[in-house]
Amino acid sequence: MLALFLRDLRLSMRVGGGALTGIVFFLAVIATIPFGVGPDLNLLSRIGPAILWIGALLASLLGLDRLFQADRDDGSLDLLVLEADRHMLALTVLVKCLAHWTGSVLPLVVAAPLLGLFMNMEPLAIGATALTLLAGTPAITFIGAAGAAVAVALPRGGLLISILVLPLTIPALIFGVSASYGATEDPAPFLQPFLILVALTLFLAVIGPLGAALALRRTSD
Amino acid sequence: MRLIAENLAGERGGETVFANVEFALEDGEALIVTGPNGSGKSTLLRVVADLLPASEGKVRFEGGGEKWPTPSSACHYIGHLNAMKTALTVNENLDFWQRFAGEPALAIAEALEEVGLGHIGHLPFGYLSTGQKRRAALARLLVSRRPVWLLDEPTAGLDKASEKRLAEMMDQHLDEGGIIVAATHLPLGIEGVKSLDMGTRPHG
Repeated sequence: MLALFLRDLRLSMRVGGGALTGIVFFLAVIATIPFGVGPDLNLLSRIGPAILWIGALLASLLGLDRLFQADRDDGSLDLLVLEADRHMLALTVLVKCLAHWTGSVLPLVVAAPLLGLFMNMEPLAIGATALTLLAGTPAITFIGAAGAAVAVALPRGGLLISILVLPLTIPALIFGVSASYGATEDPAPFLQPFLILVALTLFLAVIGPLGAALALRRTSD
Repeated sequence: MRLIAENLAGERGGETVFANVEFALEDGEALIVTGPNGSGKSTLLRVVADLLPASEGKVRFEGGGEKWPTPSSACHYIGHLNAMKTALTVNENLDFWQRFAGEPALAIAEALEEVGLGHIGHLPFGYLSTGQKRRAALARLLVSRRPVWLLDEPTAGLDKASEKRLAEMMDQHLDEGGIIVAATHLPLGIEGVKSLDMGTRPHG
């Protein structure tokens, strides 16, 4: 299993991997917002956490279509399914998700504080947003895996995955953003939405890979 | 150990491609599946590997004990695709499959030597020629141990010398009590094997 994690991580770093695509997209989204919104610094810092979350959400959807399709295209997926007696398929999917998150989404979380400066955010708000992204983005990857598994047999499945997955990621977005606001705006709580966000991630860490494994079993041909 | 197919039928896209296939293979026996394109050779192998559901009948694997309880856990499957990542080196690819599949047998360098690729383990898989890619994929058979080899057109892209080497590999596997099911339309050059012609079989 560690071997699978390392292989997928290595692939995402090498040529053709998705690690850079997401981060460049994230940078492009955040860098253009101030030009669109105008030089209203108060407005920028107020919408900052929400924009960072939306940018990270969309950027992390980008590479999802290749999660299983790359393995399907070269025949590896057959062998991963074939070994299901030795390594439970849902566990294999979970490990692939974790590798995908580490390779493609974690860089977004690391870049978020820097991009927060573009949005004139206070240090506390930047820290809170980065923390909620760290806790919440795995949920997006886990749901995304189920979507990617459903669309694995389709040649241009990327758009379909986004449509399937986006509605399901809304709870993570809502609680992530409200926890980020909770850290800076006084009456709003931080801990409660943050804990719900963590619970969402843990819940989807089970449901997502199970659903994805079921879909992969059915679509193998 | 015995690999048994009973009254097996397979379908592709809702259409039956073969039916009433029966065979039983003991230790050291091989089955060569022949037939024209579209006669269901690949589908049969995928059904045996449990990658496709059988529309009728079933495949059983007996005597595997706890280590190989089902046909899919007991087999190596070499399909049309090589299941290797072009961005990783040959060594990295084989190392991954050896760890993931468990039951390590030959070391990677030895396995590459066996298929005649001893000197290119450090190259990215994408740099190899078609025949070399196929040989690297065949080296996967040697790096971890499985009693059953399911080979789908294993000689695709191989030259004469490599075909001979593959025949020796298969002979050795059979001598050690392994089981082989190979789909091909070329003679594989191994002796004393059962054969199943999908082309002349009446469709169920």
